[in-house]
Amino acid sequence: MSSRFDAGIKPSEITPESVFMSRRTVLAAAVACGLVPSAMTAAATIPADGAFPDLKTWPDSTTEKQASFKDITTYNNFYEFGTDKGDPAVNAHTLKTSPWSVEVTGQCGKPGTLTLEDILKPHALEERVYRHRCVEAWSMVIPWVGFPLADLLKRFEPASGAKYVQFFTLADKQQMPGVRYPVLQWPYREGLTIAEAMHPLTLATVGLYGKVLPNQNGAPLRIVIPWKYGFKGAKSVVRIHFTDRQPQTSWNMSAPSEYGFYSNVNPERPHPRWSQAKERRLGGGLLSGTIATKIFNGYGDQVAQLYQGLDLIQNY
Amino acid sequence: MTRSLLVIKTLVFCACLAPFVLLVLRAFEIGGLDLGADPKAEVLKTCGMTGLNLLMLTLCVTPIRRATGINRLVTLRRMLGLFSFFYLCVHFLTYIGLYIEFDWSMLLEDIGKRPYITVGFTALMLMVPLAVTSTNGFQRRLGRRWVKLHRLVYVIATLAVVHYWWQVKLDVSDPLLYAVLLAGLFSARIAHWRATARKRGASVDAKAAMAPTYQRVEPP
Repeated sequence: MSSRFDAGIKPSEITPESVFMSRRTVLAAAVACGLVPSAMTAAATIPADGAFPDLKTWPDSTTEKQASFKDITTYNNFYEFGTDKGDPAVNAHTLKTSPWSVEVTGQCGKPGTLTLEDILKPHALEERVYRHRCVEAWSMVIPWVGFPLADLLKRFEPASGAKYVQFFTLADKQQMPGVRYPVLQWPYREGLTIAEAMHPLTLATVGLYGKVLPNQNGAPLRIVIPWKYGFKGAKSVVRIHFTDRQPQTSWNMSAPSEYGFYSNVNPERPHPRWSQAKERRLGGGLLSGTIATKIFNGYGDQVAQLYQGLDLIQNY
Repeated sequence: MTRSLLVIKTLVFCACLAPFVLLVLRAFEIGGLDLGADPKAEVLKTCGMTGLNLLMLTLCVTPIRRATGINRLVTLRRMLGLFSFFYLCVHFLTYIGLYIEFDWSMLLEDIGKRPYITVGFTALMLMVPLAVTSTNGFQRRLGRRWVKLHRLVYVIATLAVVHYWWQVKLDVSDPLLYAVLLAGLFSARIAHWRATARKRGASVDAKAAMAPTYQRVEPP
């Protein structure tokens, strides 16, 4: 069954780092000679002034009305900082995002620990406007800043047996007051099939609205999977783990009948306690109508093929 | 009605209305107020919580009256109960109007399939006869039956707490608080009923025990 979610990438097809690096050398030389505009030399960093310069624009961004910066940054589910939507904005200032490192473990050729700087350096950041659908039936349109997660994962040379990727969020009682309460099993963990993780829509995210990601939104590095319910995207990621087995995910561990491994946005599959047929699009005001939720959050044309032959009601 | 009671009733009335006034100010963004990112959810939650709080306060009146001996407190009970009903009606109308948008088939589906809605809807429906018969006239006409009917409030409060409990995602610490409060209010009543039963029994015993003494002491 797991083979169904093969990324379709053989280890041999993944660019070896030596080749990858030599390309970079060529590119660097090309830039030096003025042959290639410098914006193409992806050398992303977290900017000191908080605003990303020279963001690429992604052509497929939705043109729907974006949620306000205020709404995006004050209405958050990030239980490590409290279970109220307003808690993270109030409490997340204690999170220390620099220095930050991410541990890479499991079935891959290049495990190890990378600093955030190392992670970002080879990539070009772009702004992507995605629809964000929460399992609680509200949604926002958010201009994220990031780069395809696939580009990052390829650098670790996933083994052919690595069918899944698991993500772990920091769980530090000192920095995260909510971790003192056992509402979820800490550390928060989430997982994707390797095909989902490698999908070009899956975004390694470091910012929003052209600015460095605020702590309450999962700084300094979070995952965004726009066709899945929001909780699938791990925030403040400190570990990436490649595995051959379907990994544990925090919400599934606490309420398996309510939150499945896939958690694809699906209006046909109600949450056991509420309908998922409609959503409240935030930013429209009190009396704005709800909108009909679309299968895969409207990204079906790009992702439906990942789930061919899979019963989406059974595999919720 | 004494003047002090009138003052107290007026103050309680204003206090009960205040959350609604605040909600209206927030809805119209008056005075720099707003309903936050998710206004529909905010109205739903505020009305639900205010209604539940007032229901709990309504149930506090009798134990406090018994403990303090201030019997006139009972005159506040109806107002608190009716305000609770008012907020829970707005809560329900918010759900009907802003969540399911008058989609009646959706309403039936929710009531049939989603236990927390079944329970909440039942609780609200059970409040209707209590609100209707809350007048002095009905109280007089129904007599002892009125007391029996209004014991429904215990069922309503239990259903309301269950409704709250079942709709939270994970962190049940707040509904737990309400469950504990409700259990406290119930035990206060059970203790009172036991004590009155004992007193009744004791007074019968005491009469029996005192009878000979009484006869002996009684001088001619």
